[in-house]
Parts: sequence; structure tokens; C-alpha cells
Amino acid sequence: MALYDYTVHELHEQLKSKKISSVELTKAVYDRIAQVDDQVKAYLTLDKEAALAQAAKVDAKIAAGEEIKPLAGVPGAIKDNISMKGVRLTCASKILENFTAIYDAHVIEKLRQDETVFLGKTNMDEFAMGSTTETSYFQMTHNPWDLSRVPGGSSGGSAAAIASGEAIWALGSDTGGSIRQPASFNGCVGIKPTYGRVSRYGCVAFASSLDQVGPITRDVTDAALVLNTICGLDAHDSTSQPVEVPDFTKALRQDVKGLRIGIPKEFYGEGTDPKVKLQLEAAMAKYKELGAEIVEVSLPHTEYAVITYYIIAPAEASANLARFDGVRYGYRHKEAASAPEMTTLSRTEGFGPEVKRRIMLGTYVLSSGYYDAYYKKAMQVRTLIRRDFEEVFKKVDVLLTPTSPVPAYKLDAKMDPLTVYMLDVTTIPVNMAGLPGISIPCGFADGMPVGMQLIGKPLDEETVLRAAYTFEQATEFHKAVAPLGGKK
Amino acid sequence: MKNYITVVGLEVHAELKTKTKAFCSCSTEFGAKPNTHVCPVCLGMPGALPVMNKKVVEFAIRAGLALNCEIKNFNKFDRKNYFYPDLSKNYQISQFDKPICEHGHIDIRVGDQKKTIGITRIHMEEDAGKLVHSGTTISTSDSSAVDYNRAGVPLIEIVSEPDMRGAAEARAYLEQLKAILEYTDVCDCKMQEGSLRCDANISIMPEGAKEFGTRAEIKNLNSFRALERAIDYEVARQMEILEDNGHVVQETRTWDDANGVTLSMRSKEEAHDYRYFPEPDLVPINLDNAWIEEIRQGMPELPAARLERLLKLGLPEESAILIVNTKEMADYFDEGTKHTKDVKGFANWMLGDVSAYLNTENLTIKDFKVTPDHLAELVELINKGTLSSKLAKKVFAEMLKGNEAPQALVKKLGLEQVSDEGAIAKIVDEVLAKNPQSVADFKAGKGKAIGFLVGQVMKASHGKANPGIVNKMLKDKMQ
Amino acid sequence: MKVTDKDVKYIAGLSRLVIPETEMEKFTEQFNQILNYADILQKIDTKGIEPTANVLPLSNVLREDVPVEGVSHEVALENAPAEHDGGFKVPRVIE
Repeated sequence: MALYDYTVHELHEQLKSKKISSVELTKAVYDRIAQVDDQVKAYLTLDKEAALAQAAKVDAKIAAGEEIKPLAGVPGAIKDNISMKGVRLTCASKILENFTAIYDAHVIEKLRQDETVFLGKTNMDEFAMGSTTETSYFQMTHNPWDLSRVPGGSSGGSAAAIASGEAIWALGSDTGGSIRQPASFNGCVGIKPTYGRVSRYGCVAFASSLDQVGPITRDVTDAALVLNTICGLDAHDSTSQPVEVPDFTKALRQDVKGLRIGIPKEFYGEGTDPKVKLQLEAAMAKYKELGAEIVEVSLPHTEYAVITYYIIAPAEASANLARFDGVRYGYRHKEAASAPEMTTLSRTEGFGPEVKRRIMLGTYVLSSGYYDAYYKKAMQVRTLIRRDFEEVFKKVDVLLTPTSPVPAYKLDAKMDPLTVYMLDVTTIPVNMAGLPGISIPCGFADGMPVGMQLIGKPLDEETVLRAAYTFEQATEFHKAVAPLGGKK
Repeated sequence: MKNYITVVGLEVHAELKTKTKAFCSCSTEFGAKPNTHVCPVCLGMPGALPVMNKKVVEFAIRAGLALNCEIKNFNKFDRKNYFYPDLSKNYQISQFDKPICEHGHIDIRVGDQKKTIGITRIHMEEDAGKLVHSGTTISTSDSSAVDYNRAGVPLIEIVSEPDMRGAAEARAYLEQLKAILEYTDVCDCKMQEGSLRCDANISIMPEGAKEFGTRAEIKNLNSFRALERAIDYEVARQMEILEDNGHVVQETRTWDDANGVTLSMRSKEEAHDYRYFPEPDLVPINLDNAWIEEIRQGMPELPAARLERLLKLGLPEESAILIVNTKEMADYFDEGTKHTKDVKGFANWMLGDVSAYLNTENLTIKDFKVTPDHLAELVELINKGTLSSKLAKKVFAEMLKGNEAPQALVKKLGLEQVSDEGAIAKIVDEVLAKNPQSVADFKAGKGKAIGFLVGQVMKASHGKANPGIVNKMLKDKMQ
Repeated sequence: MKVTDKDVKYIAGLSRLVIPETEMEKFTEQFNQILNYADILQKIDTKGIEPTANVLPLSNVLREDVPVEGVSHEVALENAPAEHDGGFKVPRVIE
């Protein structure tokens, strides 16, 4: 096995026991990036000098016999919508092509405290708007399992980097499925924490009431380790929850006896690929075997979730992206006769078509005469969706669903926007209700990874992690390596 | 020409005197170099988030209580969306449908008339940055430079009911509102510096009409005088339109102080659609009644209460009203009357010589060099008889230079009033001897002649002789 | 048709965007497709249902009025496209 194929917890042991050094490890990952990234195109920016300097610091600490945290010296990748001081921050958009971040996001501060190594910034859909990473202004990322297929989105770069050995751990962000879906397309683990668990300060806002930052990793243990670092109250984020952060690794027990797993029928609808369904049924059988109870449940308002999301998210985004006006930073159209013209041209030239579409959709649903029919209505339906979950969680402990109705499809499939939007039907409701959701590998369909999603009660990441860990340890899916991956 | 009724409503923005901005911890200190009190939040950097300043809420409640409003327990914020270079996020965090205060009022006086003006609502919001134009006005400038030091500074917007019926009432309302805000110490209310801004909604309707006419909103009113002039101009402008059978257009106009006119600010675009929606980055604020009560208990003395106290001290109403008009005057009075019991005398000096001086020099009492205790000392010296009122003015003039204590100045300048009868008698005898004609006139019944003789004695004594004694002595000696 | 291209142009103006003429037809069509689909929401009875503005059970997140250093002047202007006298320079503000 190459160094870059190991997990965080394995490498932590190797570092502690001085079997390897962080510099050695970091160099190995950069070599891997040099080897495969012209095919995968996961990265937008690499920060090699700073990474090696940090790795050397950690090595010195280990040599001096000091204790190190699990993520210390282990190199990871950061989605390019998370602010790192002094590093280019693009959100995969032309409008921020030459923008340098001036402060650290809260999650970056916490990761720095734990002395981790940052490899660079990964590709994404422009401003996180998309499910394939194809709307990136700079490049398309390719799925390491099949380079002609999408890596999913919007955290496609981070997930692909994990699958191809170009990072040991990664951060993504999730507004309607953008961590979980790419994780499932790439055969890795991705978790979107409960809304408010992780600070959004420094994560460029797409839809403020839905966004969360979370880990994309090789296995559930690594996800728990990253969560331990990034979760917690942040005084800079008013929507950050003032709740204690448990040690999530303590939830990693193999025990689902008596666990009531709900199967919401609306998540297994007509659009679900039969091969995906097959994997999920096998997973249910596995869970039964391990002692869990499978319960059929219903979330009746699921059919309205997608359109509700595509009203609320663009509405918030239309205001969140208004700050990109060429005045203080970012792309500016130079020859303009007036400030309004300058702003209009800068935004028109700087934003891609999907971003423009969503901004305009958002402006429309908030505009005078339409607010009640669209935005207010959507907010009310959101309440109904939340209530559906509250009801169901009176009867079950977690829900089990496919992460995506289909596995990774071909790049440039030229689907119309609405069709693409509808594929988010399984992930969107989780953001609408602010619940924790994880995707873990559970099989294959025509050689492409299939992910299953576990959804938990608010702040109950522990049950979700336990259920995920138990399944993972009872199967070998997390050990599968992409064809582009190294030797085993 | 019909008779028209003028209808005015005022929207006043007051900058709150907090140490930090509404949604970030940047300093609100005035006068810093451009873009030196800024951070990712108030610069609208990608990824930045707002965090509410508790003091802003406290000050808004204080203002609301002072203006007799209902304080709303449930509060939320909304985004008001529009593009402008001084707005760093291109939306303003404000309160749309659930403002913190509602249904207030203040009492005003115009001449003898008392009236109550309603306050519809008060809400919290953030200020925008400042634009510095390359030319003299916004329309003659090729470019502008934006300074975000002011972006995010907390404001309260106070909206009145359209209860005012002309320039005088509008001015009285604004003056009283300003006084109350100064007294609550939530705003320093400097209209010239922009910490208190006023927009006027003005319309006219024919006498007897049941509905208000179409209103115009007038901006850029930087002083009480501008407010009055703008109202008068606008009313005349609207009257002319209606008399010509035209329609008043609902629009925003700016007051051009130099030319004394209002000008249309209508741009080619449609009226703003602000697309208000609840601010997702902030959580609601639930005010508990205990906190509101605590703030009510801790309120500083408001103008109405102060006025009563001064009336109880025996001040005539006119004087009391003038002194209470600004907090600075009232505070000066309170401080000074700690050092003298003669409240009327002290008030007279304040409203007389002091005010005259401040007006000439275009100062407020805040910049007045003479401290209240020294002014009080002056009053005491006159009352004790150490100083004649005439010479007191001379001493006062000296005090203006460097706030020297009057007692010391009197000694230094040798101006002590002479009341020694022996000394006075000497001078009186001399004057009587030198002016036989006046003596004869007086004895012949010309009472006024004594005035001349008193004058002569005062002159000979360099103004220091006690005029009362001089007068009596002259009369006695001319028996 | 929910929106015409005139409506699309108006919304674009409010958003400070321009959709090129060549793309207007396709854009308007896609826009309408989404808005038409949104009609399914009208089927749901939401009378008396509170809109969700935020999923959190939080309120009263307030901070003390204590100044904290922000960023330096240089950092504030680090990404400025144009500068003048310490301010962010923009072309004339009124059209």
C-alpha cells in the first residue's frame, strides 16, 4: 500500500511510532497529486511550501517526544469555498479568480490548532451551486472510478481527491447534498453535521439556513476524528449551537442491536436506479443480521422538498452573492461609465450561467407580488417537512436511504436544470430539517460506487456514526480502491 | 385659491453611541483615516457573518421608553436588498415587519399651543459607508471613493405619524425628539456631523378633504432651518401644481440648501423593490420584561421631568424651557446651581450674556470655556455686593479668555466694589463741589439731575463705588 | 408562460445581471420550467403553518460592546480593484 492509501488514524499511529515522518507523508501525497491530478483535476490551488513547513514543525514536535493530535501532520484538502488567510479563494468562479482570502475560517483555525497539514484548495461547482462540479469556471473534475464520469458536487474535488489518494482527509460543504452525494459517487464517507454544529464563519455563504461544513474521508473513524476538531460553538457565527462536543470516536462501537432503522418509502421512488435499490436492500438485510430492526415509515411531504429547496436556497443566495460587485474585491470590468454599469458587467462576466440562473430565481421569488406565493409558501412547506421527520423520529432512531437515486453519470450528460435538480431528492430534505446525515459506501452498480445515507435526530451524530461504523466494519466496501487508486 | 392643510411626517435616523458597530466589534470612533475601523464582517468579505451587539438593543429600548413606545418582546431582523457602493453586502440588515418599538408619542409646544405627535415605530438597522466624491456634488463627479469606517454603525430609525401640520410643528417635533435622545444619552445628535438625520414626508390636502394628498419625500435636511425652509418651499411647490390641476408625483426629492429648492432624485429605474426577507444569519431576540424594566429604572432624567424640577425651584416657565431645551444647557445649570442658591440669577446669566456670547461665536455650551462653578461664583460676588453688575460684565469678558476664577480676577483688576462710606463720602463731596449747577438743579426739583451726579461719582471711583450707597449719600448731602 | 423575456430582463436588472440576447430564449424557457413546477406547492394547505426562518432552537445570541481590532488598512485594501486616498475607488455612482 502506498502511504497515501492509508487512513488518518492509521497514519497517526505511524507518525507517533516514528515509522514515518510527516514530511515524508506530505511529499508522498504531493507526488501522487503530480502523478494523477492532470487526469482527475481535483485541485485548484496547491500550497506546497506552507504544507512542508508545517509538516516539518510536527516532525520536530514528535522528535521532542511531545503529544500530537490525531490530525497533526496528516495532510488534507480544503474545498475552495472555505477561507484560508493568505491563500487564493475562488469558489471555482471567475469573479474570485485572483482573490486572496484575508482571514481564516473558524474551522481552519481549529484545524491549525490541531497542527494539521493543508495541501491546497479543491475544485467545486461554482459557489457550490451544482451536483457535478461541472459548473466550475476553471476545470472539470473527473471521477477516479471512471474518468469519463462526474465526481458529483458540489464538493467533487474534495471527494475525488480522497478516492484518488490525493488527500488523506478533506473538508467539503453541504447545502442540499454537496458532501454526501460526491462521497457516494467516489466510494468515500461524507458527513453533513446537524445545522449549527460546525461554524459557517469563513465558509462562503450559498444558502445560509442550509449550509454546513463537514468531512469527506476514507472511513467512518476518520470522519469522527475530523468532526472532533471542527465542531463547536463559534462566537463569530450566531447560528452556531452552544452545545458540548462529545468525543465522536466514543460512538464508534459495533452495536446495532435493537436499533430501529426507518425506511422512508418516498426516498425509494420511481427515479431510483434498480441497481442502487439492490445495494440498499442488501444493506437492510445486513443490518437485520446484525440485530437492528427495519421499520417502514413515511415522510409524506418529500415530493415537495426539491422545489421548496430550489426556492429557498436561491432566494438566500441571491442576497448572499450580491456582495460580488467589483467594488471591494474580485473581478471588475474596467471600462465602465458608472458604478451600476461596472457592477452589472462585472457580475455578468464573472458569474457562470448556473449561478446567474439561481440568483435570478432567488430575486424573482422574493420580489414584490411573488413573495407570498413562492418564498413564504416554501418556508411553510419547510415547516411541514421538518414535522414529518419529528413524527418519524418518535418511532425510529435513524433513517436509511440511498444517498443518490443514481450512481455517478457521464460528464457533460446535458440534462436540463430541472432534471438535475430532481436528483437531489434524497439529500435535500436533510438540510431542510437541519439534521445530521452521513453517506458511506454500500456496494457497486456497474463498477461505480453506491452510497447509503443514514439520517439522525438533531445533534445525534453519535447514533448515526455508530450505525455507520457497525455496517462498515461488517463489510469491506470502505477498503475498495478506485482503479485510478494505487496498488493495494 | 383654496385653503390647503400641510401634512408632515418625519423619519429620523439616529446613530447610537455604542463603542462598537451593530454586527461586528469594530470601533465606531469618529474621524479615523478611511478604512481603518474595518473587518471582514463590515467589509462584506466572502464568508463573514453578523453578530448582534447587545448595547444596540439596550439603547433602542431606552429610546423607545423615552418616546413612550410599546417595547416588542419578539424581535427579528430582515435583509433589505439593493445595490449601492457604500453598502458592503448590497443588503442592509434592518427590521421590516417586527420593529422593536411601536405606538409611541411625544408632546411638543409651538408658541402657547401644546400638541401630541405620534410615533409609529422605531427599528434597529446598520449604517452604510461613506462616499467621497471626486467633484463637488454626486452628479458632477467622475468617480467616488468608499470609506467603510461608518459601515455597520448602529442606527435607530424613528418614524412619526403624519401628525405635523406645518414647518413650525415639524421643527418643534425635531427639537424635542433631539432633546429626548440627548437626554437618554443614546445618541450625540449632531445634525451637522450626521449622527442625527432627518427626512420629511410632505403632502398637502384641501381643507375638508378626507384623504391625505400624495406625498413627496425630502432628503438632505441638515439643520432645523433647512427643515423649515424645505417644508415651506415644498408646500408652495405642491400648491402650485394642484392649483394648475396637476398631480403631485410620489417621489424622493433632495433639498438644495444653496438655492432654496427641492429637486427630483428620480432615476430612470423603477422604484426600489427591496425584497425584504428574514435574515438567516441572525436568530430572534426575545426581550424579557425584567430587562426592559431594568432599563426603565436606569433611565436618566428626561426633559419633561427636568422641566418640572426647574419649575419647582422657582424658575419662570420661559427660562426653564430654554434651559431644558438641550441636555448640555440643563447639565450646566444643574452643575452651576450646586455652587449658588440664586437659581434665577444663574439662569439669567446663562440665557443672557452666556447665550449672547455663544451665538456670536457660533458655539454650543459644550465648548464654553467658563465652567459652571466659576459662573456661579460671579453670581455670588454680585449678590454679596462685592461686584456691581456693570463691572461684573467686565469680569465676565475676562473670564471668557481663560476661565480664571472671578474672585481672583476682581482682586487682580482691582475691581472690588467700594462700600466703605468714608471713602465714598470723600468722592461724593468732591463731585458736589465740582458740580454746583447740578446741585442747584436738583434742589430746584429736577430729580433727574441726581443721575448725572451718580455718574460722576461712579466715574471718579472707576465704577467701584456701591451705587446704592452713592445715591443715598448724594440725596442726604443735598438736603 | 409564467414569465416573458421582458420579465426576465427586469429581474436581471434588479440582480445587476445581463442575459445576452442569444441566450434569452433558452434561459426564459428554463426559468419557466422551474416556476411551472413550483405550482405543485399550491396544492398544499399551509393555513396557520408558521414559516421556518431558521431550524435552530436559538435566540438572544448577543455580544458585549467591546472593541476588537479588525484588519489593518493594507489588508482591507489588499484585493481592491482600484484605490483613491485610502478609499475603494468606483466610477460615478449615479448613471
